[in-house]
Amino acid sequence: MARMKFLCDAERCIECNACVTACKNEHEVPWGINRRRLVTLNDGKPGERSISMACMHCNDPPCAAVCPVDCFLQTADGVVLHSKDLCIGCGYCFYACPFGAPQYPRTTDFGSRGKMDKCTFCAGGPEPDGSVEEYQKYGANRLAEGKLPLCAEMCSTRALMGGDGAVLADIYQERSLRRGYGSGAPGWSTAYGRNDRGSPFAPGGPGTGMAGTGGA
Amino acid sequence: MRPTRLPLHALLLVALLAVQGLGAPTFAQAQLHQVPGQNSPTSKEQVPLYVPQDDKLIGRVSIPDQKLAVLIQPEGREWREWRSHTLRLAIGGLAIGMTAVLAIFFLYRGTIRIHGGKAGRLVLRFNWLDRFAHWTMAVSFLTMALTGVILTFGRPLLIPLIGHRAFTALAEFSKSIHNFVSVPFVVGLLMIMGLWLRDNIPEKADWVWIRTAGGLFSKAGGHHPEAGRFNAGQKLVFWSIVLGGIGMAATGYLMMVPFAFTGIGGMQIIHVIHGLLAAGLIAAVIGHIYIGTIGMEGAFDAMGCGVVDENWAIEHHRRWYEEQLRKGYVEGRQPAE
Repeated sequence: MARMKFLCDAERCIECNACVTACKNEHEVPWGINRRRLVTLNDGKPGERSISMACMHCNDPPCAAVCPVDCFLQTADGVVLHSKDLCIGCGYCFYACPFGAPQYPRTTDFGSRGKMDKCTFCAGGPEPDGSVEEYQKYGANRLAEGKLPLCAEMCSTRALMGGDGAVLADIYQERSLRRGYGSGAPGWSTAYGRNDRGSPFAPGGPGTGMAGTGGA
Repeated sequence: MRPTRLPLHALLLVALLAVQGLGAPTFAQAQLHQVPGQNSPTSKEQVPLYVPQDDKLIGRVSIPDQKLAVLIQPEGREWREWRSHTLRLAIGGLAIGMTAVLAIFFLYRGTIRIHGGKAGRLVLRFNWLDRFAHWTMAVSFLTMALTGVILTFGRPLLIPLIGHRAFTALAEFSKSIHNFVSVPFVVGLLMIMGLWLRDNIPEKADWVWIRTAGGLFSKAGGHHPEAGRFNAGQKLVFWSIVLGGIGMAATGYLMMVPFAFTGIGGMQIIHVIHGLLAAGLIAAVIGHIYIGTIGMEGAFDAMGCGVVDENWAIEHHRRWYEEQLRKGYVEGRQPAE
């Protein structure tokens, strides 16, 4: 089975924000929520690079480890999802996440946060595939329709790729060999460096509570 | 002369700019465009995929949410370790450790009795305002301690018992209560500062109390170092709760408005401070509750109904007792003079 990953080729990204827009439109993402964003490093200086970043669907997700209500799950494809029925909007996952992926809608003027929202790898949530509830809570489930994440599909320079990690790595290495350089897959050592592949779990499964951090 | 000189200057300036301009772009170009060179990979395996990232990577974003300019923050790993292990060890360890120490002490010493027995005459110790401030703080502190512990330990301890859905309801309720109850806590905190700060200023006599550990371990005697309204041990509790409470309230309110004053690194540190103070205060309050209830005869009355037995007052707070006597707060005794 495929291990789903994102790979953003920093040498190709032209900061057009099509991935960001595609994501917002596909999932009807509320105002102020950034499931995917573009970060420009060394802006205006030599060596400027733009990287499209969203949830990287880590092997040993820090969000799932710190969640006080244990609302995360990881599918057999390695996609990290969460249940908005269980989430209490505490914000801990944002502190633990290396990539700033979790987002929270503001529900009151006193700054209280609603249920966390993040990139689902276009795979919906724990609700039945393609159901109305799933769409309303998590957006479209393209994976269940046999499609890949729309952000990557939309990328005009093929900088952002989403899909089977082994295939992405192969494309990236082939591409870098031909052009003669490549600065690596951004975030891969952080997201996938510690374990070889993600192991599926559901709320109440391994990686919960007092268990070890699950290194290597 | 003048008209011919000006173009010359201009010409020199143009020439100078041109020389600079020729050099600069070639230098910049070399960095802007990576070209295949000696370091170029010769096989696919040489193309790096996993590039170690140990430092925070911050760029620029064009969206309003500027905290998302942090591309990668490896510090999240330490925060995760803190949240899922260290915090639980600190709170659980200190609370259980304190309880164990007190249990051993209770077996050794038992309830500390009033040596002279009860005199039956009562001395006013805390008036209604003192007690109102104390119990406002006490109830709100215990509520926040309980809800905080539910949120910290609920996942390993409560979810297996009551299930995910019930625990989510409990956690959401706990979170709201934890936030709301902070207001009466701060009100109580400000009140006790106004009421008792003056009597809690450290003084010379406190050294004697600390050196003899307040006579806690002198089983036979009934020996008590002299003390005013509050002895050194009570002052220690007072200052722990005042300073710790201020720290907890400050960090707590900062967490209610996340990222209002600091970025992700600051928020992580605020969390750690809040947790460490909570661990320390919970342990301190366990000790405080022990000595105020089963640990010492007559101690609970002071905060319970506001009056203490005369003999308790003489034994524990002789200097304060004498003041109360002068003021006429001792039942059945006329003020001196």
